Amino acid sequence: MSFAFSPENLGKIEKLRSRYPSPKALTLPLLWLVQEQEGYIPGEAFDAIAEITTWSPMDIYKSASFYTMLRFEPAGKYHIKICRSLSCTLCGQAMLYRHLREKLGIKAGETTADGRFTIERVECLGSCGTAPAMQINDIYYEELNTLKLDTILENLP
Amino acid sequence: MIRDVRIVSSRFGLANSHRLSTVLMRGAYDSLPIHLKRPPEQIVRAVDESGLRGKGGGGAPAGEKWKLMPRNSDTPSYLVVNCDESEPGTFKDREIITRDPHLLIEGMILTSYAIGANHAYIYIRGEYKSFELILRRAVDEAYEAGFLGRDIAGSGFDLDITIHRGGGAYICGEKSALLESLEGKRGHPRLKPKGKEPEWYFGAPALVNNVETIASVPYIVMNGARCYRQFGTAQSPGTLLFSLSGHIERPGIYEAEFGVSMMEYIERFGGGVKGKKKLKGVIPGGISTPILTAEEAARATLDYESLRTLGSSLGTGGMIVLSSEADMHGVLKNILGFYRHESCGQCTPCREGTSWSDQIASRMLRGEATMKDLDKLLELADTMNGKTICVFAPAVSGVILSIIDKFRDEFTERLRP
Repeated sequence: MSFAFSPENLGKIEKLRSRYPSPKALTLPLLWLVQEQEGYIPGEAFDAIAEITTWSPMDIYKSASFYTMLRFEPAGKYHIKICRSLSCTLCGQAMLYRHLREKLGIKAGETTADGRFTIERVECLGSCGTAPAMQINDIYYEELNTLKLDTILENLP
Repeated sequence: MIRDVRIVSSRFGLANSHRLSTVLMRGAYDSLPIHLKRPPEQIVRAVDESGLRGKGGGGAPAGEKWKLMPRNSDTPSYLVVNCDESEPGTFKDREIITRDPHLLIEGMILTSYAIGANHAYIYIRGEYKSFELILRRAVDEAYEAGFLGRDIAGSGFDLDITIHRGGGAYICGEKSALLESLEGKRGHPRLKPKGKEPEWYFGAPALVNNVETIASVPYIVMNGARCYRQFGTAQSPGTLLFSLSGHIERPGIYEAEFGVSMMEYIERFGGGVKGKKKLKGVIPGGISTPILTAEEAARATLDYESLRTLGSSLGTGGMIVLSSEADMHGVLKNILGFYRHESCGQCTPCREGTSWSDQIASRMLRGEATMKDLDKLLELADTMNGKTICVFAPAVSGVILSIIDKFRDEFTERLRP
């Protein structure tokens, strides 16, 4: 497998270059572009990023593997991230997680066989005032209960 | 009696408060034509005299940091705004960037002008993507209206703002880790310098401030230091977007001046403990601040000094309320699970200590631990304190010690002989 930035992303990269004093700073922006383009970060992308940023491919891997939101394999179409930190826990996230597990038949870290759902338990989403909360891909769903959770899942296209 | 004071949240209630067209009629960017003509030193002095303290958790005087930035240096200087809000119990910066992003941008323009920076970054946590879009739109609006870019408001001052998305790492909220991350590396905190100096971004001086700190700047610049100091206490002047979560009737963000009574704040804004249950304790400023018992909370006022006297810290002002329903085994296990996950792994006492203590807390929760385990946990807390590069591990240590110490009976009851 090989990797190449799309022409649209190459345009974005040109614009990004002028925003930083060193191409080294482009590491995270480029990793995000790869993940948005491919759904995950294939190993081949390290070379492409290294060339632009002037880091070595190993440096890119070293950075990329540090950040929990970056993935090295695809996730389901709907990546459900349910918050397990303290305020959400005090407001009942464990019940939500259990409900989700039973409903989808998978545990945290797993993807349904049809590739539709991935569940992940994450740390604080910054929704403590509207707990319990989760994200599906980048969208927030807050003040959840099992009934609301069912409705949200049923209404997904 | 708590006074209603709104310095940062004054426009939060407006419909479409995130749009330039809305806030332009309500004072946004009014400071620019006047203050971008003043000598920059005067703005630094105003912020210094206001006693503004960093609102990201540390509470260090902002003016002190600003004064470290070099004047007329050959290398460029940078402003970096810390929007990596990830401390459990804290959700205030999110409110600012979604409900009044132009206040932050105006604060960034004034701050950059004061320290002589022509490029400013906003490092925003990756999870906040949907809020980042609102912020990006505000930055675009500001460019189109001539508040960003070349020759801002006819002043001759230039500023660019770049939003930089983090990748999901709690530690990047630590300012030197944030800069490492902004340079494209792992977010590992740097060794602290011996003397006072600015932060460094690719070898150039950089000022790192929290979103709310910068959002407080327009008010101070427009109204003067003395005006800011009429709120709060002598040592903790002004206001903070305090927040309430956990076992509370009305969780949320409510701005208040420093120095108000904690319990009065909890009653007045939060409507008291959820279900009228008995209060068991309050974690005062995000989970990294030592817990207060109900008796201590009754004595606390919301300022840096009061919380320090009580052996804790004001932190981010994000209070997590615990009712009699809270199981302290569960609370401890939850918090340690967080730290185990978020330790950056650079220093051994932290990397290993958070993992071991999390395992012990699991055994304690399941009722499989003995007194030896509890002693080991306290020993680990001691080992983690003061032996690492950043304050992450010392915070873990303080949290473990406070929870075990204040609720010891609850823990010893579940120990096996």
